[in-house]
Amino acid sequence: MTEYRKPLPRPDQDSRPFWKSCQAHQMALQQCGGCGRFRFPPRLVCPHCLSEEASWTPVGGGGRVYVSLVMYRPPNSAWEGDVPYNLSMVELEEGVRLWSNVVGCDPETVQIGDRVQLQYDDVTPEYTLPRFRRVQE
Amino acid sequence: MLDVKGRYAIVGIGETAVGKLPEMTTFSLTLQAVHRALADAGLKPTDVDGVLCDQPNNSPQRAYAVTVAHAAGIPVTYATDLAMGGATPAASVAHAIMAIEAGLCHTVVCVHAQKQATGRLEPRRGELHDGKEDYEEPFGLLGAPAQHASAAARHMHEYGTTSAQLAAVAVAFRKHACLNPAATMRTPITVEDVLNSRWIVKPFHLLDCCLVSDGAGAVVVTSAERARDLPRRPIYVWGFGTGHRPDTLESPTLTTLGGAQSSAVAYRMAGVGPADVDFAEIYDCFTAIAMITLEDYGFCKKGEGGPFVENGRIELGGQLPVNTHGGLLSQGHVEGMLHITEAVKQLRGGEVEPERQVPNARLGIVSGHGATLSCHATLLLSNEQ
Repeated sequence: MTEYRKPLPRPDQDSRPFWKSCQAHQMALQQCGGCGRFRFPPRLVCPHCLSEEASWTPVGGGGRVYVSLVMYRPPNSAWEGDVPYNLSMVELEEGVRLWSNVVGCDPETVQIGDRVQLQYDDVTPEYTLPRFRRVQE
Repeated sequence: MLDVKGRYAIVGIGETAVGKLPEMTTFSLTLQAVHRALADAGLKPTDVDGVLCDQPNNSPQRAYAVTVAHAAGIPVTYATDLAMGGATPAASVAHAIMAIEAGLCHTVVCVHAQKQATGRLEPRRGELHDGKEDYEEPFGLLGAPAQHASAAARHMHEYGTTSAQLAAVAVAFRKHACLNPAATMRTPITVEDVLNSRWIVKPFHLLDCCLVSDGAGAVVVTSAERARDLPRRPIYVWGFGTGHRPDTLESPTLTTLGGAQSSAVAYRMAGVGPADVDFAEIYDCFTAIAMITLEDYGFCKKGEGGPFVENGRIELGGQLPVNTHGGLLSQGHVEGMLHITEAVKQLRGGEVEPERQVPNARLGIVSGHGATLSCHATLLLSNEQ
């Protein structure tokens, strides 16, 4: 098996539950116990209502593309075989945005507003990355 | 609000060579810029008591400004590092004024040095990073172009801005660099050349992206009273501002950036508006960022930046000359410090090649933009008190 050379997350006390939820193929986000809003990236305190109460709530997996970029120049040698690839900021139905990649299609064809669905990429035995696939309206 | 207008001045500027400087360390570039600025100001190190820096990219360390002060022979009472990426140089002039106003010091040198071109040849002791790597790098989001392209992509989506309009920014600044012997890129380019240059991260072509350089610059800030006794024509600070955006993932918009808030504060402090500005030195890490800043500064309506930058409007001889030295896109990248030194030269008169001199320059605006899309600082500078 070839060694995985791309950067991996370095989970800490705040982010470990998020990365574990991805590994379990059930991505979860913090949902505030005070105001009910979801937040991302993970942090202790709700920036809206200041509550420290939160539950890790699995997301539905649906979202829309907010930004779509196509990386042409490999950021380092680990991506030489991947370019051009799609790099998208996805807005989840839960109201938070995250960076990921829309896969399974020509990277150039991804448009802002496209509907996407979450899927999981087990890049190593320890780490799973969320990716997205375009779906019909 | 602080009543600053006309009470503080930039009295000295210093620049090192800009380009590939493999034999220089960041620290040596810092000291060279400091000493050149002091020499320009007619000051000895012992005449200065404040230093402001930002940290070396490949060696973040505590109290770098104090280390610099000690090595430069400057007996500081006030010295600290600011950390706003490319907004730091402009913000450091504001902080210098606030420190002097508060009585912490009387004369401050603000310096920035970097080794983005050959810095990999230096031993690396850590890396100044943004703290968002876990949510970006695993997905292949690395490097400044990808970190800034989202603003361009949203602007094109929301306002129909075109690649050709972004290219006009690069063409304008290259025209100015061609008149600047100190500029790195001095071959004229056309819009077609920009559009034909290879994609880095769509929507940015190669020529939409700034240079990477080694180099340093510094400015000396003091009171108008002290400035009277010094050899150079004082360039007065009429106003300053800062403005920072929510995180890129959480911001309600990526097409209005920190410059809207930052310039509003600076204009109010100075009692002027965009119509009073004769020229602008605008942080141009990418063509789209410069265009968005011009909108945010009120030179045109939000969304109309595309048409505004076309047809020579931002070229020397046009309605609002921008980046008269060639900017980060064509002169070299010293994180915006040379936008400040260029503004000072334009306002002093007789310090730039005559073809690059803005005629009757009286009021210039300088922008700093940094930490991807987050930070912004604005300066309004004038040769009138």
